[in-house]
Amino acid sequence: MLKLRDVTKEFRVGAFGGRSVRAVKGVNFEVAPGEVVSLIGESGSGKSTLGRMILGLNPVTSGSITFDDLPVRAGKEYYRRVQGIFQDPFSSFNPVFKADRVFGMIKETYHPAVPAAEWAGRVDSALRDVRLNPDQVLGKYPHQLSGGQLQRLLIARALLLDIKLLVADEITSMLDASTRIDVLNLLAELKARGLGVLYITHDLSLGSYLAERTVVLRRGSVVEMGPTERVFGDPLHPYTRELLSAVPRLHEAWDDPTPVDDCPYHREGGSGGLFEAGPGHLVACAELETCVRP
Amino acid sequence: MSLLVSELKVHYRTLRGDVRALDGVTFGLRDGEILGLVGESGCGKSTLGKSLIRMDGRMRRAGGTVVLDGRELPIDDDRAMNAFRFREVSLIPQYAMSALNPTRKLRRMVGELLRSRGAPLDAEELERRMSQVGLPREVLDRYPIELSGGMKQRMVMVISTLLDPSLLIADEVTSALDVSTQKAVARALLGFRERGYVKSMIFVTHDIALTHHIADTIMVMYAGRLAEKAPADVIVKKPRHPYTRLLLDALPEVGVRYADRRLEGIAGSPPSLLDPPPGCRFRARCPIAGDECAEDPPVAELTPGHHVACWKV
Repeated sequence: MLKLRDVTKEFRVGAFGGRSVRAVKGVNFEVAPGEVVSLIGESGSGKSTLGRMILGLNPVTSGSITFDDLPVRAGKEYYRRVQGIFQDPFSSFNPVFKADRVFGMIKETYHPAVPAAEWAGRVDSALRDVRLNPDQVLGKYPHQLSGGQLQRLLIARALLLDIKLLVADEITSMLDASTRIDVLNLLAELKARGLGVLYITHDLSLGSYLAERTVVLRRGSVVEMGPTERVFGDPLHPYTRELLSAVPRLHEAWDDPTPVDDCPYHREGGSGGLFEAGPGHLVACAELETCVRP
Repeated sequence: MSLLVSELKVHYRTLRGDVRALDGVTFGLRDGEILGLVGESGCGKSTLGKSLIRMDGRMRRAGGTVVLDGRELPIDDDRAMNAFRFREVSLIPQYAMSALNPTRKLRRMVGELLRSRGAPLDAEELERRMSQVGLPREVLDRYPIELSGGMKQRMVMVISTLLDPSLLIADEVTSALDVSTQKAVARALLGFRERGYVKSMIFVTHDIALTHHIADTIMVMYAGRLAEKAPADVIVKKPRHPYTRLLLDALPEVGVRYADRRLEGIAGSPPSLLDPPPGCRFRARCPIAGDECAEDPPVAELTPGHHVACWKV
């Protein structure tokens, strides 16, 4: 469904744009319908930039992003099928509009022909799908609702468009532990109905909860990707190991990552791009940036 | 006891009345103890941290006392508290990014700060402490904007503890950081205690798993009150309060998959603290609530050091 081929992004920085920074370097991956792919990386790894490029908010410098074999073009037709939700639900809403005005705007833009009564029914069922009680949220201002409610309203809004792909950029990082898991369970239910989700996060435990596949990004490049249980259960790249060992766990003490004695990439004679260590499990050279070996 | 907080009540003044953000909280902190303070947003954990060092204009003490090293802290007297701040009680704020003056190089900023407290700048000591948290001395000749988020956070930590305060309040210091930086910052905090830069610490966070790694004791708060307080291992392995249990059940861990084990959130939301209902505040969301919960549950000590406020335990 969604395909990224050698996607690269350069930003011009400095006075008069004299220098450039490569935020994303040659990234390849796909998201299929009904699949959750989590994109994991630290701040500055380019994960949000990728999300914005997929949503057509930033152009790619080189490479291509296609959705159903057509290049991404920001516009009504594209946003009918692909929507994004961002980290801060409080700033995603206009504070002077009541929350249901968001739904009114969707109707005006995308479904002007639908009769009002039928539309109200659709809004109602979309809200029930995200387990919100319509009486409790419609007619309220954003500040009267909790973060979890607002985030679910945004998902309901996306559902009204009958989307195929949702780009969820850190959608749970501002929520409390008790509501965070509700939003994740909701995504899992939607996935079962065929929605593809690109789940962008820096929280490894949240990423592993939902996703079938995981992509680990470091400084703009993919260092490891594959089935979640492989990437988390048998991480091959030293960076993935370091990340995993830094996650605080409830029943285990913090340990330092087990050092990698040899780079599997070179042991197996990999050259250029990612090396396939197992079925669908791709890993980059351990010394991606400093590697001098051929 | 290094710190003794008894029946502390702090209210926020609003146009619609007083919000009882902190409604009678009692706890103690031993010398050298790190207390992890956890709870959902709005449970009063940040209010508690703030009231121990500086109440802002909307906050009002409605009752209770705070005693630090045998002396009562005048927490509602902004001026009188000045004598304690930085020397006795110090704070690492949530957003270290905005805690540093952007127009000063760090060396000058630290010097000015210390002068305002009447203390000389011991450059050698400052550099030694910086190297302990992994900051090179060149950092002092930079502007804050030239530092990464994790570096700024560590710099603020060094500055906050320069005068060896007795009590350090770390308010959500790791929330905005990546996991690997988070680990470095948490370990630096432990190092501060080992070297005696701070005597005791209150670590405010919403991340129970992280707290478990650095705190000796964990206190779980709910809607302005203490729910449970116990040694960190006990809270994680044998929690007794239904709220703590549900909170731990809602925590996803690496390796837990939706397909294998479905986690559940806690239905409902905390009561409004503007006019909280009588009785146990968790009653409306509690799966085991009964008739007796219409009355305030007393804080009972089940085993030494394990305090729980619930009728059902």
